[in-house]
Amino acid sequence: MGVMSEPAERGRFGEFGGRFVPESLIPACQEVEAAFRDAWADDGFRKDLDELLAVYAGRPTPVTPARRLSAELGLTLLLKREDLAHTGSHKINNVLGQALLARRMGKRRLLAETGAGQHGVAAATAAALLGLECVVFMGERDIERQAPNVHRMRMLGATVVPVGSGSRTLKDATNEAMRRWVADTAEAYYCIGSVMGPHPYPWMVREFQRVIGEEARTQVERVPDVVVACVGGGSNAAGTFAGFADTSARLVGVEAAGGAAMTGGSPGVLHGHRSMVLQDAHGQIAEASSVAAGLDYPGVGPEHAHLGAIGRATYATAGDDEVIEAVHRLARTEGIIPALESAHALAWIVRSAGDLAGLTVLMTLSGRGDKDMEMFQ
Amino acid sequence: MIFADNTTKKLVPYATGGITRDWADCLRAYQDHGADAIEIGLPFSDPMLDGPTIQEASDRALARGATLDRILADLAGFRAEVPLIVMTYANLAIRPGFAARLAEAGISGLIVPDAPLDEVAPIRDAANAAGLDLIPLVAPSTRPDRLRDIAAGAQGFVYAVSVLGTTGERDRLDAAAGPLATAVRALTELPVLIGFGVSTPEHAAAAVTHADGVVVASALMRRLLDGASPAELGTMTGRFREAMGSGNGVRVREPV
Ligand SMILES: Cc1ncc(COP(=O)(O)O)c(C=O)c1O
Repeated sequence: MGVMSEPAERGRFGEFGGRFVPESLIPACQEVEAAFRDAWADDGFRKDLDELLAVYAGRPTPVTPARRLSAELGLTLLLKREDLAHTGSHKINNVLGQALLARRMGKRRLLAETGAGQHGVAAATAAALLGLECVVFMGERDIERQAPNVHRMRMLGATVVPVGSGSRTLKDATNEAMRRWVADTAEAYYCIGSVMGPHPYPWMVREFQRVIGEEARTQVERVPDVVVACVGGGSNAAGTFAGFADTSARLVGVEAAGGAAMTGGSPGVLHGHRSMVLQDAHGQIAEASSVAAGLDYPGVGPEHAHLGAIGRATYATAGDDEVIEAVHRLARTEGIIPALESAHALAWIVRSAGDLAGLTVLMTLSGRGDKDMEMFQ
Repeated sequence: MIFADNTTKKLVPYATGGITRDWADCLRAYQDHGADAIEIGLPFSDPMLDGPTIQEASDRALARGATLDRILADLAGFRAEVPLIVMTYANLAIRPGFAARLAEAGISGLIVPDAPLDEVAPIRDAANAAGLDLIPLVAPSTRPDRLRDIAAGAQGFVYAVSVLGTTGERDRLDAAAGPLATAVRALTELPVLIGFGVSTPEHAAAAVTHADGVVVASALMRRLLDGASPAELGTMTGRFREAMGSGNGVRVREPV
């Protein structure tokens, strides 16, 4: 089995992954897995999804050469423009796939967790499009700092449930969504926003995001030397990497310095899978902290833990200040305001420019910065 | 083996380890008022199967600095006359030496709600090597073939989760509880205890017409969070005991 193909038995990526959920959720996970396998092998489902991605989400998104910034940095920077997808981020790719699946399974309601709000907006959008109900769990702190996205979700007809426990961010929103799912598996489909959760989610979400990497591969003249993407749970990175896993490209994931599960974490079990997590000496999950709500998460998807363990991908971090600087730099040089999350990848490129001199670097610009305007002032 | 016999109805009250300074006094009170075993929750920051009350209890314990070390240290002063069972989540249970530490402290069983049948092997092996029983959970959604597999590998007792949902008090015992307990009882000689939502002595009495016992958690922790003393929790335990009877619950098996 090649890198970034189907996971091994019981949803394993090496020693990571699995299905660490209460017994009451096992049938629900099995049902999702069976439905996904069936749908993914069905040309009709694929065609419906491809069509929605094209006529609704606006795919393919372009690859834009960042000419002025490239000249400044002394390398060739190519941007895969997920910020141009409908709803403003890569999250829509995954959600259209999962919402179609939910409908095929006869579910009435989507449950979703969100940090930056981009996954919540995407879920609310797909629910509206397909006539499903949508309940989005969001940490109280994220509700404050991502207000524009909260308005968008409500306008799209979703119920936004504030979560006040723990760090009041993405981690706690995920707990609450899972607890709600335990109680509502008959009618609700849990639409997870990243390559995490119990099997089959990490695999399924990566397959739905694979379109980023596969498209980019056909859009570049030759395989880039380096492929870079930011990592919260890691879905935009996984989708991007999947298109280049079988090439010689160096794959780099960039986490928030305050939420760096790959660099600062250790193996553990959180949110239904075994992966790298930030935890204290007693095994309690640590609170992450980042200006980017979408990266403010103490875990990472299990396939990233595996790619790191086998050395196929490397992981780095970026700090809040250099990230904000990177946002401004891209705005001034290229006329693109990136999401704070995406700017982590850019911050790493800026900092590593010396080592990357003369190379071609493809970066996934996972989303646009409209939601973050208050943070830039 | 957690229970020496299965002729009486088992009452298993729960306490979150470290929730108050004198939490071990609750265990003493439970024991003095007819508990057959006691479940101790080892708090975890991200409890996937817990409702608001146990979440709050865990948060309070963690905020007080509860750790495995401190909880076991508190237990050292408590002379248990009934089996003690620890409930915690996989991230704590997979830590090296975990089961051995529990066993040293006199714990005899372990419940890990987010380590289902497919993932449980390493945790069960470690528990067994230390001499602990690994108690499995079953849910109303568990399908018959899986129920059989879980029952076949069960140790101590089988914990029948009465609801499709998280822990928490409820107005009535879920209708799914009875049939689930009955189904499991046909598959194992081990006692089958109903938990989740057993909130009143009446619920407990109703539950044990189908099952071999009950676990009572949120109802007790709610009172504790609201300021009840260990003695008051003891009195409450006594009411559950009374409603369930003592020693008269001779188990009659249906012929198979
Ligand atoms: C624009 C954007 N990029 C990235 C992320 C991080 O998610 P992932 O790591 O799954 O791509 C988010 C999450 O909210 C986001 O909104």
